Amino acid sequence: MNDRSRELKPFVPAPDDDMIICRCEEITKGEIRKAVHDGMFTLTEIRRYLRTGMGLCQGQTCTKLVKGIVARELGVKPSELGSATGRAPMRPIEMKILANDGGGKK
Amino acid sequence: MNADVIIVGGGIIGCAAAYNLAKDGVSVIVLEGSANIGNGGSVRNGGGVRQSGRDPRELPLIMYAIKNIWPNLSDLLDTNVEYHQQGNLRLGHSEKNKQILEGLTERAVKCDLDVRMITGDEAREINPYLSDAVTCASWCPTDGHANPLTATMGYYKAARRLGAHFISDEKIVELRKIKGRVCQAVSASGNIYEGSKIILAAGYESRYIASTVGVDIPMQPVLLETLVTEAVSPMFWQMLGTADADFYGHQTDHGSFVFGLNCGLEPYAKPGKPVSSSIASSAACRGIMRYFPSLEDIKVIRCWAGWMDSCADHVPVISPVEEAKGLILACGFSGHGFGISPAVGLVLSQMAQDKETVLDMHELRYDRFRP
Ligand SMILES: Cc1cc2nc3c(=O)[nH]c(=O)nc-3n(C[C@H](O)[C@H](O)[C@H](O)COP(=O)(O)OP(=O)(O)OC[C@H]3O[C@@H](n4cnc5c(N)ncnc54)[C@H](O)[C@@H]3O)c2cc1C
Repeated sequence: MNDRSRELKPFVPAPDDDMIICRCEEITKGEIRKAVHDGMFTLTEIRRYLRTGMGLCQGQTCTKLVKGIVARELGVKPSELGSATGRAPMRPIEMKILANDGGGKK
Repeated sequence: MNADVIIVGGGIIGCAAAYNLAKDGVSVIVLEGSANIGNGGSVRNGGGVRQSGRDPRELPLIMYAIKNIWPNLSDLLDTNVEYHQQGNLRLGHSEKNKQILEGLTERAVKCDLDVRMITGDEAREINPYLSDAVTCASWCPTDGHANPLTATMGYYKAARRLGAHFISDEKIVELRKIKGRVCQAVSASGNIYEGSKIILAAGYESRYIASTVGVDIPMQPVLLETLVTEAVSPMFWQMLGTADADFYGHQTDHGSFVFGLNCGLEPYAKPGKPVSSSIASSAACRGIMRYFPSLEDIKVIRCWAGWMDSCADHVPVISPVEEAKGLILACGFSGHGFGISPAVGLVLSQMAQDKETVLDMHELRYDRFRP
């Protein structure tokens, strides 16, 4: 059970809040911290709300960084936060190639 | 724990109901079974906010939402829900397609919806990226699309700010009556939540939960799949669909295209966790390229799947239950509950407060299934 109304420490702006964490989607540290205070308590919720890790690299660069920021804001260990889901196709693939799976001949 | 209203299910329907109740000063607890708020169809859908093609029984809800709520929703929720109202093109390539589109158009016009048949050339004037394969289309200028992720999380955020109490990882397994009224929801971990009204908005799982107080709604889980592409410069803002229903989609603010897929195997998907099949995305890419050849080089970056709660007559049940007083059902959305969700949230909050609803809801009652 995860109570979303539990008190967090107040949000205090930090000098490095405008540092870009997710390079593909250009999401800053401050945006991630604010999202936690707006109730986004899991990595999946942060992704869905901000698009972190949803870009071309699919979070290969930023996932660990985002996890650290969210954990600190919530006052938990990073290992207590689950991971976000990987999705097919694991590498970006052109429509014309994906379409060429041998179907559509009828 | 107690509140005036207990909501089971933290999808966009549960979150929108919570927002409307909290705004009226009603105390509310929302119980989400999974680890993430909005983990079902609400964050997996294609973002269509469409009136065209909808059943006349559902049409008043979507027309109300489009007229009165969607245009201001970003401000209300302090979240950009990326709503665009630039029309819906439903595309056809054959005489048979044309008949399908004409049938849908005729039905919608009878309900006072501004939708009309246009030729392939007229469609290409609206969307110059369309190929010559398109020979006819229906055009509904007041349809549109929005971002389901930010809309769902936005309702959650706004409801939470207004004091709605959300608890995730709290799966409800049973409802209980006291003195003949349904007023308790019991979780798998044994916690009991009590309120004078219980709104059941847990997608397909609502069927099992309602059965614990003897109520049954005929619905089945059916898989739906979606893909998203890399971001490219803006090309067009219309929502798209096809007479064959093999894909639908739009370009987002972000520049990516989101396409919903339909390859025909969806009703036979493996039960359990919703997973994309790969077969469906390949088939959809062929369909998309036929109408939009210039998208052939665009890269697909993610595919995902979700369950819809498909009701026997393809429209939802949004209704208090007479035999189980206190219980309000909101399920069976049949793959089009996102567009109507702002109106459904409002109506549910009115039902839970025993107020007259802003729309007549009798067509969506729970006891309509009498063949
Ligand atoms: C791929 C796809 C594409 C779609 N495209 C569109 C579209 O373009 N336009 C449109 O209008 N609609 C679309 N839909 C439909 C739309 O997404 C749904 O109708 C809508 O999101 C329903 O919202 P909901 O809150 O009822 O359900 P959900 O979002 O499924 O929420 C139900 C919640 O209840 C929770 N829950 C389940 N069991 C329990 C339990 N025992 N205890 C507590 N909580 C529980 C779930 O975890 C879930 O978070 C689509 C759906 C899918 C899957």
